[in-house]
Amino acid sequence: MKVLAAIAVLGVCAAAHAQEIGYDGARHLLNRAGFGATDAQVREYAPLGRREAVERLLAGARREASVAPPAFVNEPFISYARLRGTSEAERQEALRNRLRQGFELRAWWLREMVLTPSPLTERMTLFWHNHFATSEQKVRSSYLMYRQNVLLRREALGNFGTLLHAVAKDPAMLVYLDNAGSRRQAPNENFAREVMELFTLGEGRYGERDIKEAARAFTGWSIDRDSGEYRYRPFFHDPGEKTVLGRTGRFDGDAVLDILLARPETARFVTAKLWRELVSPTPDAAEVERLAAVFREARYEVKPLLRAMLTSDAFWAPENRAALVKSPVDVVIGTLRTFDIRPVDMRPAAFATAALGQNLFTPPNVKGWPGGEAWITSSTLLARKQWIDRVFRGSDAMVAVAAPAETAMSEPAKGEGARLRRALETGMASYAFDAPRWERSLASPADRARLVLAMAPVNAPPEEAEGVERVRALVLDPVYQLR
Amino acid sequence: MKPFDRRSFLRLAAALPLLANARLALAAAAASSRRLLVLVELKGGNDGLNTVIPYADPEYARLRPRLAIDRDQVVKLTPATGLHPALAKLQPVWDAKQLAIVQGVGYPDPNLSHFRSIEIWETASRSDQYLDEGWLARAFAQSPSPAAFAADGVSVGPGGMGPLAGGGARVIALSSPEQFLRNARFAKDEGQSRNPALAHILRVERDVVVSAQRLHAGKAFATAFPQGPFGNAIGTAAQLAANDAGIAVVRLSLNGFDTHANQLGVQANLLRQLGEGLAALREALVEIGRWDSTVVATYAEFGRRPRENQSGGTDHGTSNVHFVLGGKVKGGLYGAPPALGRLDGNGNLPFAVDFRGYYATLLEGWWQLPSAEILAGRYPKLEFL
Repeated sequence: MKVLAAIAVLGVCAAAHAQEIGYDGARHLLNRAGFGATDAQVREYAPLGRREAVERLLAGARREASVAPPAFVNEPFISYARLRGTSEAERQEALRNRLRQGFELRAWWLREMVLTPSPLTERMTLFWHNHFATSEQKVRSSYLMYRQNVLLRREALGNFGTLLHAVAKDPAMLVYLDNAGSRRQAPNENFAREVMELFTLGEGRYGERDIKEAARAFTGWSIDRDSGEYRYRPFFHDPGEKTVLGRTGRFDGDAVLDILLARPETARFVTAKLWRELVSPTPDAAEVERLAAVFREARYEVKPLLRAMLTSDAFWAPENRAALVKSPVDVVIGTLRTFDIRPVDMRPAAFATAALGQNLFTPPNVKGWPGGEAWITSSTLLARKQWIDRVFRGSDAMVAVAAPAETAMSEPAKGEGARLRRALETGMASYAFDAPRWERSLASPADRARLVLAMAPVNAPPEEAEGVERVRALVLDPVYQLR
Repeated sequence: MKPFDRRSFLRLAAALPLLANARLALAAAAASSRRLLVLVELKGGNDGLNTVIPYADPEYARLRPRLAIDRDQVVKLTPATGLHPALAKLQPVWDAKQLAIVQGVGYPDPNLSHFRSIEIWETASRSDQYLDEGWLARAFAQSPSPAAFAADGVSVGPGGMGPLAGGGARVIALSSPEQFLRNARFAKDEGQSRNPALAHILRVERDVVVSAQRLHAGKAFATAFPQGPFGNAIGTAAQLAANDAGIAVVRLSLNGFDTHANQLGVQANLLRQLGEGLAALREALVEIGRWDSTVVATYAEFGRRPRENQSGGTDHGTSNVHFVLGGKVKGGLYGAPPALGRLDGNGNLPFAVDFRGYYATLLEGWWQLPSAEILAGRYPKLEFL
């Protein structure tokens, strides 16, 4: 009897996996695993089964960006000495360069998000950027931020253990969490604390003593301030015996990271976080346990975890559709992708995401963006709708959304700021929604709302609304803020 | 200024069936109807020891060979205590006896994580207790502001709702009132949903609609506000205070106090912004006659460790100093000076004032709201209000 029941359950599961995910399922998958999707893309996935669809996404994963990097990555590294400058003029020049490069860097990544053949790769790169949050504001080098971004993408669907070891020696991270200057005489605890609290175990799963001991192990991992390269400084390193999480030895930083990776809490912590990114705001404890076991079993390979999560019943459950609040990047890039808008200049998009609360490469602190419902306050919700309204109002109304963004961007230098604003005003023109072209691209105009919204709108579009007015009603509906 | 009229008074009475003593609640609401609390969060954990400096304590210079502020530079308030020179603009407030300095504010079993500790501060929880609602959200859930108010609370600038978070309060976030009013047309009052994320969005839209009907902007001040984001936020706070429709709380934040390295320049710059900003706020509120009905109070997740680190900075610590200012504030020193000779095993300071006592003073001393239920316990009040 039991056997029969088991076979029946297996049969049902197999059926669920083989069954077509359909139009709504494909829309759900592509919006969760990427940023928006066109009608054609949704139709391409609709006839596939769950597993088939997920395999296709995983097979398309990339390790490198498809868009050529910003030109400044080939310019010489602006050393920290030059940043400080020997004269006021030199300092100003360095600051202007930083500001310009920061914009180019954000524009480059956002363009990659729009054009990439693998949005999942960029979703995961952004996930790791938020997980290993590092801010240009402190690092003060777009080049080092670019290098870190390249690393995050390389392992985005690669191996979490490899990524953790590499991030710990990543120059931007070494500067951001102060490990670059940490010496054995007085170890800096910043990295040691955050690597346990935010990157691996989670808060409360270690003691203050573990932090102090681990900080000693990380001493010596530093950077060369002229070249910006990682450098091991043996004179800074404390080679003595340490005790971390009950294990004792003459640990270096890599040994401590391995101790953290060996703890079951680490897989659970990362899995639950990924759940909140892809499935729902409230991880299911039993499912997280199951998925974390898959993750550990696979020695922290990311693809098996993604495969298990994206094919899970929870991912497809009706109650988890439209359960997540879109991030500013979801709003901006999702809009561009869904409505097939290809701007000539991505700097206005960088400005917009910053104004909406997600300035790429500048998370508010090492915990990253709080996300979820915290994305939506009266201030950010109105700014979202203002941006959307602008895109869908037609090109004659295109002026920069600059005002709220000014305070959001870091350190705007005066003259540079004005110049940028002018560039943004002209650049925004190419963000106009082309309603007739988009309407022609739909296989069935009746699917408009199903493509644009993750669930039925709160306000049904007025009967008399046509064309762009109909679409405007959909994108200004509260449901457009959900994915 | 519109007086607090009898009708909203009665409406409020009807909204408070849960309070055992409605008469007391009415009296409380009447007394507090126009009383504003401005909270300033010093994000990252300000180094209190270099903010309010125990310059006469030899331990201070000994623990901080590189970071100790030179005795001659300290703005001396008493023979033992002085301000960081970048806070010179607060001296006139001290001289007017309108600046309370509360030393040694902390809590038992301190948590040294930024995120966990600010959560403890903002929810007023115990160190081992996880609460969903901010302490002010709980206060307003129990005792809402008069219905005619534009909002219970306004959070200025980016960042979350902090102590106002969690659904118990009518709150909005904005950068400038002008911009808020311009964009409010995008919000509608659209009903409710069982989807929690959608329900949140609908509630935010409803709060926008209600607040926008009552808020005004565009008061021209003679006071000049400092340049920069914090100066702008101070200007916004003054603008909000100038509104006829009441607001009970305005929350501002100044970010960047997590000075693990190269602290001297970074902190001086931040404290200058703080001192100039608070001085400008005082001037603006005096100008519109609201300084006597406003209290400004700072908070942060923790203080920093007394002994400097090797990177010219300080690491996460425990108890901290906070400022309370206002026309009705009784200036002076409260709490206890940092016990530099009694550091714990991790090199951290003991605390003298439980932060919930600090909150209890604000709730009871400023709004006459019974604090025991909101703070889940009775904490000794301070005498600054």
